[in-house]
Amino acid sequence: MILHELISYEVLRVIWWLLLGILLVGFAVMDGFDLGAMGLLRATARTDVERRVVINTVGPIWEGNQVWLILGGGAIFAAWPQLYAVSFSGFYLAMFAILAALILRPVAFKFRSKREEPGWRNAWDWVLCLTGLAPALLFGVAVGNVLLGVPFRLGDDMRIWYEGSFFGLLTPFALLCGLVSLFMLLMHGAAWLVFKTEGEVSARAARWGGIAAVLTSVLFVLAGVWIALGGVPGYAITSAIDPAGPSNPAAKTVAVTAGAWLANFGARPVLWLLPALGVLLPLLSLLGMRGRREWLALLSSGAAIACIILTVGAAMFPIILPSSLDPRVSLAVWDSSSSHMTLFIMLVCVLIFMPLILAYTSWVYRILRGKVDPVAIATGEGHSY
Amino acid sequence: MDLDIVDLSRLQFAITALYHFLFVPLTLGLAVLIAIMETVYVMTGRTIWRDMTKFWGILFGINFAMGVATGVVMEFQFGMNWSYYSHYVGDIFGAPLAIEGLMAFFLEATFVGLFFFGWDRMTKVQHLSATWLVALGSNFSALWILIANGWMQNPVGAAFNPQTMRMEVTDFFAVLTNPVAQAKFVHTVSAGYVTASLFVLGVSAWYLLKGRHVPLAKRSMTVAASFGLAASLSVVVLGDESGYQSSEHQKMKLAAIEAMWETEPPPASFTAFGFPDREARETHYAVHIPWVMGLIGTRSLTQEIPGINQLVDDAEGYIRDGIDAYDALQAIRAAKTDAEIPAEARQRFEDKGARMGYALLLMRYVDDPRHATDEQIRQAAMDSVPPVGPLFWTFRIMVGLGVFFVLLTATFFVLSARHRLDAHPWLLKVAVWSIPLPWIAVECGWIVAEVGRQPWVIEGVLPTAMAVSNLGAGTLLLTIAGFVLIYTVLFVIEMKLMLKAIRKGPPHVSEPHLSFYQPMIDKLARTR
Repeated sequence: MILHELISYEVLRVIWWLLLGILLVGFAVMDGFDLGAMGLLRATARTDVERRVVINTVGPIWEGNQVWLILGGGAIFAAWPQLYAVSFSGFYLAMFAILAALILRPVAFKFRSKREEPGWRNAWDWVLCLTGLAPALLFGVAVGNVLLGVPFRLGDDMRIWYEGSFFGLLTPFALLCGLVSLFMLLMHGAAWLVFKTEGEVSARAARWGGIAAVLTSVLFVLAGVWIALGGVPGYAITSAIDPAGPSNPAAKTVAVTAGAWLANFGARPVLWLLPALGVLLPLLSLLGMRGRREWLALLSSGAAIACIILTVGAAMFPIILPSSLDPRVSLAVWDSSSSHMTLFIMLVCVLIFMPLILAYTSWVYRILRGKVDPVAIATGEGHSY
Repeated sequence: MDLDIVDLSRLQFAITALYHFLFVPLTLGLAVLIAIMETVYVMTGRTIWRDMTKFWGILFGINFAMGVATGVVMEFQFGMNWSYYSHYVGDIFGAPLAIEGLMAFFLEATFVGLFFFGWDRMTKVQHLSATWLVALGSNFSALWILIANGWMQNPVGAAFNPQTMRMEVTDFFAVLTNPVAQAKFVHTVSAGYVTASLFVLGVSAWYLLKGRHVPLAKRSMTVAASFGLAASLSVVVLGDESGYQSSEHQKMKLAAIEAMWETEPPPASFTAFGFPDREARETHYAVHIPWVMGLIGTRSLTQEIPGINQLVDDAEGYIRDGIDAYDALQAIRAAKTDAEIPAEARQRFEDKGARMGYALLLMRYVDDPRHATDEQIRQAAMDSVPPVGPLFWTFRIMVGLGVFFVLLTATFFVLSARHRLDAHPWLLKVAVWSIPLPWIAVECGWIVAEVGRQPWVIEGVLPTAMAVSNLGAGTLLLTIAGFVLIYTVLFVIEMKLMLKAIRKGPPHVSEPHLSFYQPMIDKLARTR
């Protein structure tokens, strides 16, 4: 097969770097609102009917949303195998905690409604709430650690040696990133609840969403200031590197210097738009939630999440996963991808299936449009959670 | 490298995979059965078929949630526990997993919500389409995961790249059309259909024995028996195809399953019973059936099937070739530029590179395969034999059950055709007690496929012991304990909910004579 030569290796790598970002944004925006909404389950809903209203806002769709994460994992495996290998094995216990949450979440949705006892339902409500909050926090902590650099090195045979621990992940900066992630998903979840519910539940969601939106902006600025003041040194490739060369991360040199994460913004000032929107859009979402401009609230919280995630990508390019132990082997766009042919084949698959996915997902959302009706929930005949 | 970590990583993978596979077959089969039932409803308008769809849908939902929950673990675990594997073969193995997400998971997960929540929001045909798309999605997912697994059994279309120290795809079409993957896909999917059919058959038989929900139970049994008969025949036929593929691509697996130590003059006999003894390299109290093995394995009377001892001797030769390839690889990697690579090393790697995996079997004993002693090479060759006893037995349990399923579904098929489903209560009891059997069969099938591939994680390319992440034994014990705890609790809850839902039965069965008015009632309900 020589078809893959149609697109150069270098261009394919950049496309897949962008797709990596798009998939992460896709996950955070799509699964983000149901994680966030469940995180607010106990705060926004008091009675059983209210709780069921909140759960049913995401009931028919959370499963599809979670596939964004699964696809993200699969796409990283296929397009950036070394990134998949280092991050998943390095963040082992954090990944386990996320998995535990993702195991308990589906069953909590399904099992909660199967019995009437308040104790049973209350217990599963707690599970839904915590399994919404924990991944939101942990994904942010992981991103924080990526910015800080991850303590791994590569052997001659590319075997990975990771020399960190779970508690080593919980540094102040990483926790700050965790909180940014947590509050941005809570904001998004609140915007979703404002969008899908009425009355008391919707009002409570707007209040909590406002708080989360302000905290998102403030903490995001704080993280930026932390980096600007040199608290988090950045990584930059210092040797010549062939963007179309073989994927061997050990063939370059990398320098660690304060402020290096801001270098891309200096070189291309237009990139400052991303962090600027990341700060402003949460506030717009807040206005939307307060003023009952539901579409505005939801779209701007989604866009805020996208801008915050893309800010991280813009800061780090072309580094993807820096190594604090041996900066030389930091994984970069140019030296940790799959082969030319695999990237091409996977791109073709994405181009075929992504439009289909978006089409039928929007069809499903259209079918399910409208507010969740508490009366229908209360009298429902087992068709809802 | 600590052996403990390899064993613990394997244990965790086995626990999570076997557990995940408790839910997958039922999802695969029940999705199709439900879609068939709903199709009958849409075509005939008889509401009892809608009640059947909804009732089995409740059980499907409980099971589906568990399948989704435990499935995420499988995808993440490659990176978490098998990081060297992920690096080494991610270029090929990752693609089917990603395509599985794109093509299958989105489909089933997006439409499953509509299946449960969309009854009143869509036309009948729209809802039926959603149901079929769920069934299609789950079956697509089986296709892609078995293309991935098929490649682990028979790694076609890929080559080792010395520059990146990993396997890279050379022919993706070969990966897709891997004959091992094709046989495995149909075999596994059919096994799922059998599982669901026997589940529906057994639960319905219980209702008949109790005299409850008789019209619903009888109709369900008719569907399950006919679908189950076709599926169990397909399982057996494609199981045979898998065996034939093994004789071509995984000779050691086949010999171990048969506990066939010595090469026999063709056509080889089939050992129906016996006690394989690895130390003595013989099978005690063996009962042989002449010719059968040769016919199944080679579909000829003249072709030879190599025995374990001969394959071990072959492996020793491959290991020596592999060491040669490994040596050439070091020379290639020592060169700073392409031009500096000695032509001799390049040639040697080209000739013997395909055997390099065999040199890696020595990594358990030495850091550099080139320093291995004859003794160690002999030992590594012996390691190429998978655990014979467990394979011998799990295979026979699987095959025995498969034959039983054909007989059982055929019996009920005949009874159903004669409208005598409730004529023999003892047969209904057999059906009830048979509910767990397909699960035993599919778990045995997984063991045959995966344990049979040992010591390889990628047959002939990468030994399992090399593939693990460098994790601490304590960390692994912690996560194993965590998985066991969560999985046990969920299993207990899941079984209770299943039994509760079964005992409760269909929520509101419409009376047959009302069915005439039902379309009008439906219409009123929609316009309300």
